[in-house]
Amino acid sequence: MSMLDRKLLRDLARLWAQVLAIALVMACGVATIVIAVGAYRSLEETRSVFYDRYRFANVFAAATRAPLHLMERMTSLGGVSGIELRVVRPVLLDIIGMVEPGTGVAVSIPDRGEPAVNRLYLRTGRLPEPGRAGEVAVTEPFAAAHGMQPGSRFDAILNGRKMTLTVTAIVLSPEYIYAMGPGDMVPDQRRFGVFFMLRSAMEGLFDMKGAFNDVAIRTQRGVETAAVIDAVDAILKPYGGTGAHERADQMSHAFLDNELTQLRGMAMVIPPVFLFVSAFLVNMILSRLIALEREQIGLLKAIGYGPMAIAWHYAKLTLAIGAIGVVIGAAAGNWTGRAMTRLYGEFFSFPFLVFRQSLDLYAIAAGATALAALAGAARAIFSVVALPAAVAMQPPAPTRYRSLLSGKGGRLKMFSQLTIMALRHLVRWPVRTLLTAIGTSLSVALLVTALFSTDSIDYMIDAVFFRAERQDATLSFAQGLSPRALQSVAAMPGVMRAEPYRATAAVLRNGTRSRRLAIVGVAPGAGLSRVLDVNLQAVEPPETGLLVSDYAAELLGLRIGDRAEVELLEQAGRVVFVPVTAIVSSYVGLTVYMSAEALDRLLADGPRLSGVRVAVDPARTDELYAAVKQTPAVASIALQGVSRRRFRETIETNMSMMMTTYMVLAIIITIGVIYNSARIQLSERARELASLRVLGFTRAEVSSVLLIELGAVVALAQPLGWLFGYLFSWLVVVGFATDLFRIPFVINPSTFAIASLVVLATAALSALIVRRRIDSLDLISVLKTRE
Amino acid sequence: MAAPIFSCKDVAKVYRSGDVEVHALRGVDLDLYEGEMAVLLGPSGSGKSTLLNIIGGLDQASSGTVHFREQELTACSERELTRYRRDHVGFVFQFYNLIPSLTAWENVALVTEISKNPMTPDEALEMVGLKDRTAHFPAQLSGGEQQRVAIARAIAKRPEVLLCDEPTGALDSKTGIIVLEALSRINEELNTTMAIITHNAGIRQIAHRVFSFRDGRIVEAQVNETRSKPAEVTW
Repeated sequence: MSMLDRKLLRDLARLWAQVLAIALVMACGVATIVIAVGAYRSLEETRSVFYDRYRFANVFAAATRAPLHLMERMTSLGGVSGIELRVVRPVLLDIIGMVEPGTGVAVSIPDRGEPAVNRLYLRTGRLPEPGRAGEVAVTEPFAAAHGMQPGSRFDAILNGRKMTLTVTAIVLSPEYIYAMGPGDMVPDQRRFGVFFMLRSAMEGLFDMKGAFNDVAIRTQRGVETAAVIDAVDAILKPYGGTGAHERADQMSHAFLDNELTQLRGMAMVIPPVFLFVSAFLVNMILSRLIALEREQIGLLKAIGYGPMAIAWHYAKLTLAIGAIGVVIGAAAGNWTGRAMTRLYGEFFSFPFLVFRQSLDLYAIAAGATALAALAGAARAIFSVVALPAAVAMQPPAPTRYRSLLSGKGGRLKMFSQLTIMALRHLVRWPVRTLLTAIGTSLSVALLVTALFSTDSIDYMIDAVFFRAERQDATLSFAQGLSPRALQSVAAMPGVMRAEPYRATAAVLRNGTRSRRLAIVGVAPGAGLSRVLDVNLQAVEPPETGLLVSDYAAELLGLRIGDRAEVELLEQAGRVVFVPVTAIVSSYVGLTVYMSAEALDRLLADGPRLSGVRVAVDPARTDELYAAVKQTPAVASIALQGVSRRRFRETIETNMSMMMTTYMVLAIIITIGVIYNSARIQLSERARELASLRVLGFTRAEVSSVLLIELGAVVALAQPLGWLFGYLFSWLVVVGFATDLFRIPFVINPSTFAIASLVVLATAALSALIVRRRIDSLDLISVLKTRE
Repeated sequence: MAAPIFSCKDVAKVYRSGDVEVHALRGVDLDLYEGEMAVLLGPSGSGKSTLLNIIGGLDQASSGTVHFREQELTACSERELTRYRRDHVGFVFQFYNLIPSLTAWENVALVTEISKNPMTPDEALEMVGLKDRTAHFPAQLSGGEQQRVAIARAIAKRPEVLLCDEPTGALDSKTGIIVLEALSRINEELNTTMAIITHNAGIRQIAHRVFSFRDGRIVEAQVNETRSKPAEVTW
């Protein structure tokens, strides 16, 4: 080993604490790359393999009732590789041990052979067989939630008839990787399941002999789906076709996409933060090391080492720190990435997980870290190359300070000389001061970004569940019923208040922009489910016109007074123009509201109810549930109260994990920045501080110089951090907004305060570790030597 | 004769590093009196700096006692020694040890801020002939000027003792004389007790008494019947 390498190893050992602090920051960068990109790739790959092997459809359509002979026309469409004409119907479930009714979807599968598209992954058991009544295959999450095995039985209400079903198989479907029941905001495996029954069985139960109400089509690769969608729309129009759509609008797929987008966003935003901070830290520590080793560098040059050899020596030191960071980060990232992918595997129903062990990812992470480290080291290393040997052997020229705050006597009585020392030092190195503040501010920003989601979600829960959707349950009818149904519901046990609603599927257009959505009719004086304006105040729908949610209005470019083109999907695509009369708030789905009367007029088929929202006497919910299970007209029931709890639970679990992670990341950054700055300050000022001790200043007073300086930087970092945190959070809100789900942009003052407190506490701790070194300053040796 | 301001009895100091023991002081007895200017002479490693550090409260003796008036320094805690330095002692070092981020005036004010009965920074700087350079930072001053700022800083609190370790060691003869003149003037005008360490035997002529150190002991103590003026010191 060369002597320079020996020096390198000893330097690393001597500076271990600082090296580790920097390496940990780098490790965070590497780990976040490996976790986010690794999980992204694994999920993406898993999904794509699942889709391909199980022939997931990419065009979907629904109709009221269409004859099976349409198959021929659909098959003759160009570019189609598989078609499944199915019966898909909502069902109510009556599970032993579960008081509230569950909801489910029954999907038909062919009597013989596998489905042409959306094939099932058979986890265990066998698929239902013809001739055996009541056999079903059940999706795995639902089965797991109820401990169901092949052979288990449960009761369901199918088309108003209660029957006992027998589980023959536990399956997974590419169509229901993410499955959510009506009215839910997160999946509830207990209350929602998907059931696959033979077509022959479902035909009989739902009176669909020779007919279908749902189409799934898989096109050949590279085929334009738009043409297929148009053709399918044309074919289904006479049969109550509600408009075909592509995969992007399929719920399970859209949710997965949403998750993948978030992972990609994390991979793009977080690692650069760490790389920036580590580059800065490397710059700081290496500049100081080179300043201290100035005479050694001169000596090395004097005895014949070339500038490149010496530069390479320091570059190697930098790369060694990077290598430590990469090793720690890669190990942590690999481990956490696998755990995270597995967690996703549980949250989404995949039959298998494909881990993408991509070496290139580690190479990219290592390369990026090395580059960041070298970029940070560049200036310091260049100064080594440029320093002539003779100059290097001389002590450096004394630091010149600017006469900021200078003055005699009473001019600056407010600052002690110790404070002036600290502040002048800060101003003397403005770039370093600013970068230290920015580095620290990024911890604050990360914490704000992690914590703000709680504020936003609290706000959203308040808006959605306590101001807008205040009903305890929503009963949806299998088909539109006359207004008399309201009296029947109101008469059900436990119902304290009942309010009807009507909903219809429509495509809203403005110029070239269009969206499929639901138009909901709001009864006058409705108090359970209310439409809120952008300030969350309830609004009564005017006699005519549409109330468009802010997100939909933005997507479609609609403003108050515009006339929106409305294609009524349940009326064979009849097109009408309706003025926009208000913009309202909405965080879930795409919804447009009208007064119930206006909607009835628009649909011109007499008053109809799609369902009824109810407030329930809490003491009598069980009676209501029992009654609902006996009511054939009720296709499904959404329990807002249960949804609310479930939503909170899910969010809280996810949040606490995320917040712990961010907390750790922020603490690592803070320690990395503050500990290193404090060490370097101490190294630069050991002589000054020892002189102060000699002059009779106490340890506390001497430490105050360092602490004032750090305190000023940390204080400056707070508003910067709030600002960055605000921006990051805003990016999160914008980046996560989808047709399905939006989070409002709300940051409570307490979030800023908590973020700052965490960073201040960590900074104080880091500074105190360094302060202990002040106590052990060697007063005598410092005074005997020139710096 | 008045009671001594400093009284050292059999002071020894042993430094241990690993297995090696270095005897820096091997039993020194020394009394210094109020208003006295003492010069400590001797080669490197003879123990003079160690003694100065011990009576200055920067270091602790391994054995023996040191009294400053009635206070036994050898029995003081770290905190008490800090207090002692703050209230009673001024230091001047070979390399000045000024705070680079503070101007000349502020370097002096640094000490006057924490003293009980200080002179103003302007008075102190005037005593060393630097009243025109008060707004300059150390980097803008010559070596002699920096050392005079250090002296001004040391005397501004009106210390009873001024301890100088090689005050002229880094200076040329002309500048050195200016610094010595400043020290003499303070000794006379403020009646400050001074102990000055030097390698320069010429400086002995301005002292009241001269102590020669060798191998951790005082080998010679000499009283100057007639003292020279700093300007007459040969370098």
